[in-house]
Amino acid sequence: MINLTINDTPVSVEENATILQAAAKIGIRIPTLCHFELDCFSIEHRTGSCRICVVEVEGRRNLAPACCTPVNEDMVVKTNTIRAINARRTMLDLILSDHPKECLTCEKNGDCELQNLASEMDLHHVMYEGEMSTYKIDLACNAIVRDLNKCIMCRRCETACNDVQTVGILSGVGRGFDAVVAPAAMMPLNETKCVFCGQCVAACPVGALTEQNNKYQVWQALNQKGKHVIVQTAPAVRVAIGEEFGMDPGSIATGKLVAGLRMLGFDKVFDTDFAADLTIMEETTELIERLTKNENLPILTSCCPGWVKFLEHQFPELVYMPSTAKSPQQMFGAIAKSYYAEKLGKKPEDIICVSVMPCLAKKYEASREEFAPEGVKDVDLVISTRELADMFKEAGIQLEKLEDKEYDNPLGESTGAAIIFGASGGVLEAALRTAADWLTGEDIKDIDFNAVRGLEGIKEATVNVAGTDVKVAVTSGLGNARKVLEKIQKGEAHYHAIEIMACPGGCLNGGGQPYNHGDSDILEKRKEAIYTADSDLPIRKSHENPHIKKLYDDYLEKPGSKLAHKLLHTHYTPRKNW
Amino acid sequence: MIDSVDKLTQRTADLQGRTQAGTQILVSMGTCGVAAGAAPVLDALKSEIANRKLENAVKIVETGCMGLCHCEPSIEILDSESNKSFTYGKVKPEDAGKILDNLKDIAAGMTTVDRTWYYPELEENTENKIQARIVLKNSGRINPEILDDYLANDGYTALAKVLTKMQPQDVIDEITASGLRGRGGGGFPTGMKWSFAAAQKSDEKYMICNADEGDPGAFMDRAVLEGDPHAVLEAMAIAGYAIGANHGIIYIRAEYPLAIQRLQIAIAQAEEEGLLGDNIFGSGFNFKLELKYGAGAFVCGEETALIHSIEGKRGEPTFKPPFPAVSGLWKKPTIVNNVETYANVPAIIRRGAGWFKGIGTEKSAGTKVFALAGKVKDVGLVEVPMGTKLRDIIFGLGGGIEFDKKFKAVQTGGPSGGCIKADKLDTPIDYDNLIALGSMMGSGGMIVMDEDDCMVNIAKFFLEFTLDESCGKCTPCRVGNKRLYEMLEEICEGKGTMETLNKLRNLSHTIKDTALCGLGQTSPNPILSTMINFEDEYLAHVQNHSCPAGVCTKLITYEINDNCVGCTLCARNCPVDCISGERKGLHVIDQSKCIKCGVCYSACKFHAIDRK
Repeated sequence: MINLTINDTPVSVEENATILQAAAKIGIRIPTLCHFELDCFSIEHRTGSCRICVVEVEGRRNLAPACCTPVNEDMVVKTNTIRAINARRTMLDLILSDHPKECLTCEKNGDCELQNLASEMDLHHVMYEGEMSTYKIDLACNAIVRDLNKCIMCRRCETACNDVQTVGILSGVGRGFDAVVAPAAMMPLNETKCVFCGQCVAACPVGALTEQNNKYQVWQALNQKGKHVIVQTAPAVRVAIGEEFGMDPGSIATGKLVAGLRMLGFDKVFDTDFAADLTIMEETTELIERLTKNENLPILTSCCPGWVKFLEHQFPELVYMPSTAKSPQQMFGAIAKSYYAEKLGKKPEDIICVSVMPCLAKKYEASREEFAPEGVKDVDLVISTRELADMFKEAGIQLEKLEDKEYDNPLGESTGAAIIFGASGGVLEAALRTAADWLTGEDIKDIDFNAVRGLEGIKEATVNVAGTDVKVAVTSGLGNARKVLEKIQKGEAHYHAIEIMACPGGCLNGGGQPYNHGDSDILEKRKEAIYTADSDLPIRKSHENPHIKKLYDDYLEKPGSKLAHKLLHTHYTPRKNW
Repeated sequence: MIDSVDKLTQRTADLQGRTQAGTQILVSMGTCGVAAGAAPVLDALKSEIANRKLENAVKIVETGCMGLCHCEPSIEILDSESNKSFTYGKVKPEDAGKILDNLKDIAAGMTTVDRTWYYPELEENTENKIQARIVLKNSGRINPEILDDYLANDGYTALAKVLTKMQPQDVIDEITASGLRGRGGGGFPTGMKWSFAAAQKSDEKYMICNADEGDPGAFMDRAVLEGDPHAVLEAMAIAGYAIGANHGIIYIRAEYPLAIQRLQIAIAQAEEEGLLGDNIFGSGFNFKLELKYGAGAFVCGEETALIHSIEGKRGEPTFKPPFPAVSGLWKKPTIVNNVETYANVPAIIRRGAGWFKGIGTEKSAGTKVFALAGKVKDVGLVEVPMGTKLRDIIFGLGGGIEFDKKFKAVQTGGPSGGCIKADKLDTPIDYDNLIALGSMMGSGGMIVMDEDDCMVNIAKFFLEFTLDESCGKCTPCRVGNKRLYEMLEEICEGKGTMETLNKLRNLSHTIKDTALCGLGQTSPNPILSTMINFEDEYLAHVQNHSCPAGVCTKLITYEINDNCVGCTLCARNCPVDCISGERKGLHVIDQSKCIKCGVCYSACKFHAIDRK
């Protein structure tokens, strides 16, 4: 242990701890801005570049950034000398001098770390005003908006894009005052290999990176005469949206979510979970087929559009590997505009299908050409969890006070196997539950596959399914996916099935979820909520979902049928790796 | 192959005993010499020698830079029998005949240059020369493209000594004892730096040479690399042995093509002779060297930024610790030293730490090379013992101020150094004294300013450079320097107030206190040092809205006085035609059109134009 004093208070911390960590231990929060950590994924962004956290260290010529200065034995630190306070205020002043002061109309209003800092540090006047950076806003892709005028060069997005996700499109561009974070040659995102996972958006402390806002289009759809407007909600939305309404992290708000959506005016409130069960039917059929034939292994999951795009760009030679099953969002859309439309007696173009997703890549996925047969999109509009919360707030819907309601049918019924899609490991666990039953022909009771649960980036397990050892891996965070795929390519690892999710921890930490601001605890609680919701449900296996059975009996015939292939399966396209 | 010390000793002895031509003509063929026209002079001399069939009696040696920028092309005539020599400057091709007519004596009508230096390794300073050339010992004396020339001057004997007679720790001890400090800017003790890396246990370590000389107007390192490349290679191998590195990288800016070419030649020669590569001198020590090219970013002179650049990443610094000596290139222990630091090492090993420590001052041993530039008569490259007074350099070696104007200030330490005024000219130069004066040693730029320089404008000029060259990573350097620059612009335009001066001073101090790397921490130095030393000029700009030196165009007006004889010269030279008047009548400047270029002021022969 290292002993030091901070503001005359002695403190002992472990070797390699920073001044920031030591100060936190005795209840002193040194303000930070560029610093970002998510312990649960070992994500560390300590560039020491904003200099907001500077403190005075005895014997040191200049001020030290607390976030990255390691402690020394007998170090004497003062965090609130006039020299440190003035320097911190000047740093904030300088950042604000090159930042648009349009907080009232900014997408991040109320959720901005810079805004909070200015409030905390009581800065009411910018002393060093001068020229401001001007950049064209990148609105070209339909998932993410980049407004570099608001960029404060904290570089968190770079760590997310390069170190965590290894997508590698963001880096510092330009020098001096003109330095900014952007893709090479300032290309718009849609011309790069960006996968739209939105982890950069989740990391951005200000309004420089936000989602493409589709709220207004949803309002328009809801008010459009002659249209049947339906909504589907992804599994991870229900365990996070409550946070936006003051509910504790980990609150399961499924019933309130349904009630709120109905109040917004959707004709039917359905559940993506229904489609998740459908995904399991198709994907597990494919898994068993590949296992039996022992070919094209491992099978990779395909429900995450960020991951799929990553594969298409960075591992184009492996496009044969993922399951051809569409993601639940797209399966839902396809069924809504065929089976459901027929039942309803409406033309597909008269149904507007809206999704609420924890994800920004889903906005991109819905716009992929192959998901608009005959020019009619399966999913018309995608909004994130955050956008839905905004709509509730705008509509005066106080989610936390609503009485729980049930989803509509036939596309609202789901099982525990579907809800766990929201956590890393869930898709594979759901598939294993069904595979075990199908292969043994029994109703197996022991269905908790704990080895594939949890927030770790790479999980491996060998699962005995009907007497056969199935070697599986679960990865979340694309950097981890890369590690596993490279091992497979080198022949260093062999699996039968791998679940891959682009965002660390899976959809519960998606790029469209309420901001976690580096609080791992929130993510742990969302995960626990997902497994609680699973265990609370009476039916926990996808193939036992009565409405899924009915769908096959009435319409699709059986998993892997010709019609199922037409509606529920897709293909992948190799893309340029730059 | 020189694969043993015995072979080297034999080779050195053979070379030193070889019969020299009666006369050698050394032609300074550094980049500066070539730019000034040395190549035609060389051709003329060669053809004149051929015409006279003097090939055996007169030998031409194409050398690196002699340091005599003010009178390039320069050549030195060396009489091998008498060992007498004299140097000509501003040589023209047509002088060739005259030169060859008078090989023993100075030819009439030629510009001669006094030798202002001595070589501490070879001779005593009996004539009290100001310069002492250790780093530049071979530059201007040998052909850098011929290995034998280097070997004849005890080249690679230091490496031989180290590899066969010293333990790595002995080498570090020797360098530590010599008091050698980093010549790249910070002045960190070199031996101590090496010891940090030596203490690391690692399968791979790297020795890097920082040849990314980026200060505007600085060319010390270029001269060494062009004039004596083997000295740097030898030193890097010695350092590699000391810290346990088998791999060296010279990071050199791509704008130095001649230096690159000579390094490539030198590396190939050394490899061919076994002086680099595996099992050097049969000692079992392996050392390989490669070149990496920089794209000319000033910030890549900062060691962590340089390492990132080599790794193919954006050249920007990272927070230390960890220091490169612990985790540097590819996360392996790495030492980055600059060219001049390395160039001292072989001499220290050959002559011993005590000898080196005897030169210079107590805390700053040895010499320092400066690129003397600006408003001095004799600009050039000079190497002086630490402790030499600024006055001796500027007025002794530099010959005083151009056009005999009044000295105003000297700026040391490159763009982030400080400006020192006349009353401090007798300060002995060393690392600590320069810092005490609000400046720094830097890598050795030395720019002299005279009465016509506006110090506010000078501060703005240097800040513009650091502003452009900042990587933009940390807030104080990225935004703070921009704001400083804007305030200086305001002052130069007469829009500044006392409040602006206050803000300028406060922000400068805060940037020094908070910036991430050396670039940002020193960038306000030109402002702070000029605010302290030339406060009256700032006040004149702010309070009187005038620029005493007449540089800040927004603050000056040109008016024609009664001395005007109506010669019309001013009107004819005015680029915007704003001067009117009859021939032989008083002329008038239309102030609304005047762009204050000062052409009329310079053109007038009758002191008829006032600059106010």
